Amino acid sequence: MIEPDRDAFEPPSDTPVVELRGVSKSFSVRNSVLERLSGSDSSAKAVCDVSLVVHPCETVGLVGESGCGKSTLAKLVTGQLTPDRGQVRLDGTRVGGVSDRSAGQCRRIGVVFQHAGESFDPRWPVGRSLSEARHDADMGSENERGLGDIEQLLCSVDLGPEIADRYPRELSGGQIQRVALARALAHNPDVIVLDEPVSGLDVATQATILDLLADLQQRFGIGYLFISHDLAVVQYLADRIAVMYAGEVVEVGPADGLFGDPNHPYTEALLQAIPSPDPGVAPPTPLDGDPPDPTDRPTGCPFHPRCPAATTECAERHPEFETVEGTRVRCFHAPEATGECEEDRSYQPNRSTRSSRIHD
Amino acid sequence: MSGPAADTGVRQESDQRDEWTEVIPADRLAQVGLGIILILLVLAVFGPIVSPYDPATQDLSSRLEAPSLTHPLGTDQLGRDVLTRLLHGARLSLGIALAVTSVRLVVGTAVGLVAGYAGGWIDEALMRLVDTLLAFPGIVLALVIAGILGPSLVNVMLALSVVGWASYARLVRSSVLSVREREFVTVARLLGHTRTHVTARHLIPNVVAPVVVLATLDIGGVILGTAGLSFLGLGAQPPTPEWGTMLASGRTYLRQAWWLVNAPGVCIMFTVFGFNLLGDSLRDTLSPTQSAQMEQL
Repeated sequence: MIEPDRDAFEPPSDTPVVELRGVSKSFSVRNSVLERLSGSDSSAKAVCDVSLVVHPCETVGLVGESGCGKSTLAKLVTGQLTPDRGQVRLDGTRVGGVSDRSAGQCRRIGVVFQHAGESFDPRWPVGRSLSEARHDADMGSENERGLGDIEQLLCSVDLGPEIADRYPRELSGGQIQRVALARALAHNPDVIVLDEPVSGLDVATQATILDLLADLQQRFGIGYLFISHDLAVVQYLADRIAVMYAGEVVEVGPADGLFGDPNHPYTEALLQAIPSPDPGVAPPTPLDGDPPDPTDRPTGCPFHPRCPAATTECAERHPEFETVEGTRVRCFHAPEATGECEEDRSYQPNRSTRSSRIHD
Repeated sequence: MSGPAADTGVRQESDQRDEWTEVIPADRLAQVGLGIILILLVLAVFGPIVSPYDPATQDLSSRLEAPSLTHPLGTDQLGRDVLTRLLHGARLSLGIALAVTSVRLVVGTAVGLVAGYAGGWIDEALMRLVDTLLAFPGIVLALVIAGILGPSLVNVMLALSVVGWASYARLVRSSVLSVREREFVTVARLLGHTRTHVTARHLIPNVVAPVVVLATLDIGGVILGTAGLSFLGLGAQPPTPEWGTMLASGRTYLRQAWWLVNAPGVCIMFTVFGFNLLGDSLRDTLSPTQSAQMEQL
């Protein structure tokens, strides 16, 4: 393998590589003529007032149900979308959408999508796609990470050099995911946005990819924004976890603390929905109800219609963040709201359980 | 599963890499089509050089002679060798067909790219123009244009070009719309590449295959269109040895000299047949479902 040029581990520095400040994004829903005449303006609020930072060499896990705005948030970071309100900052500099970013700014962020096969030009051997990603990074840069050529890139993701001549359709899911990771590394990014990077893979391949991700982070000091609906996967990799519900971050904190002792009722509900491998344990309790319609959000706390601990206050006012036991929670009743069922809850943070998922 | 060796699938053989350039050797019909086209091209290029006769020189002493050894396809009403005229006509017909198809392809692709990439009112305006053009029966519109411009070969080419680019534009636009939403285009943009780079490297190469198929199928139509307009007297004027013109002037002598009409007719038929065969098999190989399947593999 290749020699890491940097020290194996750098402690997180003070400047976050990516910072979101109060970011909001809504999508206008095409109304019929009649609705437009009646003046009802419905726009779907995909992301509401989210603030989040990713430091170098840190993995921030982003979890939540489908449709909670995880991927929209990722697109705001990569610049595929621009926020309606709030700021996206790269290394302390405010940036706009991808067309407003300089090529250098674009290359600070790597991306890996769920369907990596789709993200390679089917007419090109993957080696050519890698050198396309590599090309401009080469010019004027000091080749910092020793990933000079394609062979080394492939080698760093545990693939042989012969892969470079293959076409995307000739590679297996695990291979193409590794190649996608190699492409994200090719331009020496500070942060890689991983949007469900292992969701389409079988459990064994998932495990090797996760180990590879952890290994690459150690070697190169990259920050990860890791998006997944699979709590076990997130817990395995993440240093900090942000839980999203209906476009808002409802709880954010260190991975172990947050999963070991959740303070937001929604986080707790997510954890309880994980099936346990232990036959003696009661079956998972799925959360009742549906996530709110993004065009018609509930007043107050967005989670209150489904929350077992909701009071009238929850329906009237929107909670702000409070710091409870090291995590930041958006709930009026934290930590009492989750305390009562703490004893009979059987979920233990278990790093080997990679197959369990929340219900999608 | 942990090492590269376990992860490496068996290398698929190259027959899965079917691209339109590699299809032809595999398909019998495509071979026949390509064979016909190649023979025609060779005849068109070298035939007139070999022929001892001149296509325009009249020899009234040997009018309407039946096919013989000296005149393999007989002579016409002015004593000109029909085979020689056919060979010269092949140059004209193929040349016109290629020129008109190229103009259609270039104009249509450009319009389609602009419409697909720009979107908004530009897209709307261009596509309504395309709809308008496609609403006319092509040959009738070409007839009107050629009629207004006056009878000449160049005007026929112009008329056919104006009529035919619309379907290319529509095809390219729809391909661009679907390709540009695909993730590899997004990734290329996220890598900080310019729109020009993405268009030239990713967009155009991925929309070109169906356009090539359409062009191949279109050549036959253009040959028919040219011959049709010339037959009606709007295209090549006598004594130009154009197949459609020959057909028109031979028609008068249908009873005395069957070869006058049949020779150019059979030529037109075989040429169109050849291009259609080739185009059909290209289309079958590159049809959306099948190419999607190819990518899945």
